[in-house]
Parts: sequence; structure tokens; C-alpha cells
Amino acid sequence: MSFFDKWKQTSWDDTRLALYSKTAADVEKALHASVIDHDEFLALISPAAAPYLETMAVKSHQLTRQRFGNTLSLFIPLYLSNLCANECDYCGFSMSNRIRRKILSETEIQAECEAIKAKGYDTILVVTGEHETKVGMAYFRRALSIIKQYFSYVMFEVQPLLEHQYATLNKAGLNGVMVYQETYNALVYARHHLRGQKTDIRWRLETPDRLGAAGIDKIGLGSLIGLADWRVDSAFTALHLEYLRSRYWRSRYSLSFPRLRPCAGGVNPVMPISDKELVQLICAYRLRFHEVEMSLSTREQAAMRDGLFSLGVTAVSAESSTQPGGYSQPADELEQFAIDDTRATTEVATAIRRAGLQPVWRDWLPVW
Amino acid sequence: MLTIADHTFHSRLLAGSGKFSSAETMETALAASGSELVTLALKRINSDSAHDDILAPVKSLGLKLLPNTSGARNAEEAIFAARLAKEALGTRWLKLEIHPDPNYLLPDPIETLVAAEQLVKEGFTVLPYCGADPVLCQRLTDAGCAAVMPLGAPIGSNMGLKTRDFLRIIIEQARVPVIIDAGIGAPSHAAEAMEMGADAVLVNTAIATARDPAKMAQAFREAIICGRRAYSAGLGSAFTGQARATSPMTSFLDTL
Repeated sequence: MSFFDKWKQTSWDDTRLALYSKTAADVEKALHASVIDHDEFLALISPAAAPYLETMAVKSHQLTRQRFGNTLSLFIPLYLSNLCANECDYCGFSMSNRIRRKILSETEIQAECEAIKAKGYDTILVVTGEHETKVGMAYFRRALSIIKQYFSYVMFEVQPLLEHQYATLNKAGLNGVMVYQETYNALVYARHHLRGQKTDIRWRLETPDRLGAAGIDKIGLGSLIGLADWRVDSAFTALHLEYLRSRYWRSRYSLSFPRLRPCAGGVNPVMPISDKELVQLICAYRLRFHEVEMSLSTREQAAMRDGLFSLGVTAVSAESSTQPGGYSQPADELEQFAIDDTRATTEVATAIRRAGLQPVWRDWLPVW
Repeated sequence: MLTIADHTFHSRLLAGSGKFSSAETMETALAASGSELVTLALKRINSDSAHDDILAPVKSLGLKLLPNTSGARNAEEAIFAARLAKEALGTRWLKLEIHPDPNYLLPDPIETLVAAEQLVKEGFTVLPYCGADPVLCQRLTDAGCAAVMPLGAPIGSNMGLKTRDFLRIIIEQARVPVIIDAGIGAPSHAAEAMEMGADAVLVNTAIATARDPAKMAQAFREAIICGRRAYSAGLGSAFTGQARATSPMTSFLDTL
């Protein structure tokens, strides 16, 4: 039994129907409970909850501060390669895109690490396209051994791997893995993932199970907002988290809510989410999962990010470059997507302090 | 006066250094708390830097450091962190925390005992964070821990002394100081712990996330003094509300 079985048993249409039939009374019931279940979560992400946004924000703020204190963690992505053997119509790295391809050499990885370290970071998210033959386990092991010399907490956002491969990387110092489902709707998934290993929805759905079984410390989930109805996708994301949390109790979990951004040759969002709705979603996640970490990328604009610092997110990136080599040798044509908040790390740290929060750079021992 | 191992403290409040909105807020709150022993997460410390947001203010106040192993998920990781703490901070005092469950951050009794035994052998002054389990506290004491730190409620929950009936047993059986850790959300909770005979309490979230941390720290300081004074004055037992039997239960003695 994996999440795939649970997913198969859960109907997209039934979930959508349940969600859109929620009323103000359902929302109020959820807001009065100290602990809420999945059904009450559906009410909070439903259109019926829109008038209760301020109440949700106040509760989300309180729960987040009590659990995480008056702090906000900072991390930064490190892109190692933009090679990809998948064809996904929303991503700049898609194999048919005629962009210059690059895999960082060991010397280049070192240069990037030094450039990032100088900005003060100690937590890093390593990103690659999905290219098993050229950027696979052998490359990851070499890269990890270099990166761990610089950073205490290292997360990967790369192609899904096998359980024993995750276990090997775990021993070599890998701490977290982000694997976003993109969408839990099988038809929509098939429409956007056209070629490559990523077309196999089961392989992707079961990846967090393999991560949990391999004992990875942090597992990141999320759907790409804009592909399908975000409310239903978020309901499935919450189910996924609930399932994982009960089985792999030693791991902690992180949620992301990336909105589709413009990229080379990419599609536009089919079903966008408004700023207000994004706030509603973040607050609903917090009310449902008091302990979950939530991360916010530079896809969002500065004013939105500054507002969200206080509302439930626990980790933010800053000054991100989405291209391999972007910190030591920037070249725009390699990027995965365009970022919006382009402020320097120090400016973001100042904005965090202005929100009454202490930026946290280091929260792990490199030897763990 | 509170004596732990070979060290005597005037204050019975142990303060935490996490969750504050800034280094300045933490520094004023710690000063107002009157605490002399401050715990700090080793994983958060940048020991190369004299400008570390946590370490620098604590040092400038001249407080005794109690590094903790927060984040460690098993004995091996905790022991490693302890050795690192000794190197980096020059103290053998250690708050031992092992929580493999990242959800409620509850301490692992088995790993904690294993780590405590080893660290005591290595000469550490070990103060273990543990469940409110009287037998576990006895075992940790047997292992040579300098104090025990049972929880009042899940960490950060502000729920107060949910484990009070077990804390009473731990205090009754104690051979080392009992420091109530975790869950203390209000000065009244701290006062209750002291009235029960706890030797000290550790407070972090309730101070750090208060609207005015320095004022809250002061409130805890005073509550702990009051609670301890009441304990040493000898509290009367509470009226239980039971009715007296209509004919005396011992009247049969008169007929003997």
C-alpha cells in the first residue's frame, strides 16, 4: 500500500463537489475548532471561506508564532544543471526547448557554493532538470560531497529516485527532498507531461513514500498552481501530507505553493489563483497542520512576500537565480523561470526584521 | 538557592533563547527574567562568529550557558552535538534533548537514557529533557544525571502542568533537582510548579512570543519567587468538599 492506492480511491470529482458545496456554516464550524479534520479543511479552502480571510489570517499568524516563534528561516536554490529528458509544457527546461544546456563541473559547483556562502546562507536547495544518464546518482554523490563542505542543511529538488538511492544520499548528508506533484488530476497531468519518465504519474506519486522509507529528514510536497483547480489540488496535497505523516513519523514535512510563472516557450496558467486566494490557502494549511513548514520562493513579488512573512510561511528564499552558474557567472538565457522578488539577501533580511521576525540562517549541525 | 551539580544559582528560572524576534528583544527579556542559566540550541549557533545573534547577547549578560541538543533524533546525534558543544562553547553542561518525532517534539526515553549514560561517563553535567515518567526519572538519576527535566505538556503548547499527577511522584522521589520543562505558558503555571515543590522551571515560548517579552519575563520571575516561597511556607491541603459521616467512623473504639 502506497499513496498511489489512496489516490486511486479518492475521486477528483467527488472532492470538487464536496468542496464547492461548503457553506458559511461549515467554515464557521472549522474556525471554531482547535483541531480540524480534512472535511473542515475543505471548507476553509472553499469559496465559502473567502469572507473569513481576516479571521483565518489572525489564527494562522498566532499558530505559526506559537509553534515557530518570531523567526523566519532563509534558504537559497542552487541550480546544478538544466538538462532535462522530460517534456513539460510549463517549464523552461523542457527537452525540446532550444536553450543552451549546462551541467556545472566540480570547480563550478565550488564557485557557486562560495558565492552563496558569502551571502550568509547555511541551508540550500539543490535543483536540477531530470536527466538520469548525465545527471544521476554518480553526479549527485560528487556534487553532494562538495556542497556539504559549505552548507549544514542540504535539500534536493531533482528527478525522483529509488528508495535505496535516497538512503545512500541520506548517509552522504542529504537532509531534505522536495518533490512536487504538479497536479493530482490524472488527465491534466497527462496533458502537461508529454514525454519522459515524468509522464508516469504513479512513479511520482509514490516518491514521498520512498523518501519516508529511506528516512529522509524533510519531505516537501506541493502542486503547481495554475495547471488544474488549485482548491482540489490542495485538497489532494493535504490528503497526501496526512497519509505520509501517519506512516513516516520521523520525517518532517514542508509545503510549497508555486504559482505558474512565465518561462521560455511555456504555457500560461489555465486556472490561476488570486493573491487573496493564495493567502486563504496558506492560512488554511496552517489551521489544518500546525506543525508543517511552508516555504515561499521568489516567484512571488516583494510586497506579497512581505505580507506573507507573518501569515504562516516558515522559510523563504531570496536573491534566487534559477540557472546553473547564476551566482558566480549569470547568463539569463539558461533560467528555468523568471523570478519576481529580485531584492538582495540583505534587503529581504531587513524586510523580515521589519515584520518583527528574526532571520534564521543556521538551524542544523553539518554532521547530522 | 538552587544547586545543580557543583553550581549554585539564586534564580529558579531557566530561560530559553529561541523564538525571539531579535537579539535585542532576547537580551532585555533575559535580563528582566533574572535567570542565570540559559539554554541555547547548538544547531542555531554560529560559533565562529562573535556576532552570533544568540551567543553574543547571552555572553554579554554573563549568564551560564546550557547548550542543548535540540534537533538530535537519536543518541548518536546527541552525543556528537554534546562533544561539539564542549569544543565550541567550553562547557560540559548539557541539556540533553532527543526527539525523533518532529510533530510534537516529544522526547525519546530509550535514546535519552542511552545518551545520558554515555555522556555522564565522558564527564558531562547532563540535564535530560524527558517525559513525566517517574521510573524514567529514577533511571536517569541512577545514570548520573545532575537533574531531571520532565515536561509539563507538549513543548511550545502553553498548556500548563497537564502531567501534574506524575510530576508529584517525580518530585516526591527525586534525588536530584527537578526542573519542569515544556508546556509552561503562564506565570500561574510556573507558580503552581514551584508550589508543588519543583526545584526550577524552564520557560521559552511563553516569554519569547509574548507581546512584551521583557515584561513577561519579569512576571515569570516574580511568580517563581512567590511559588517557591509558598512551598517553603508549607501549603495547607485543599478542602476536598467531602461531607462528614453522620456517626463517627471510629465510634466503635469507644465500645472496646
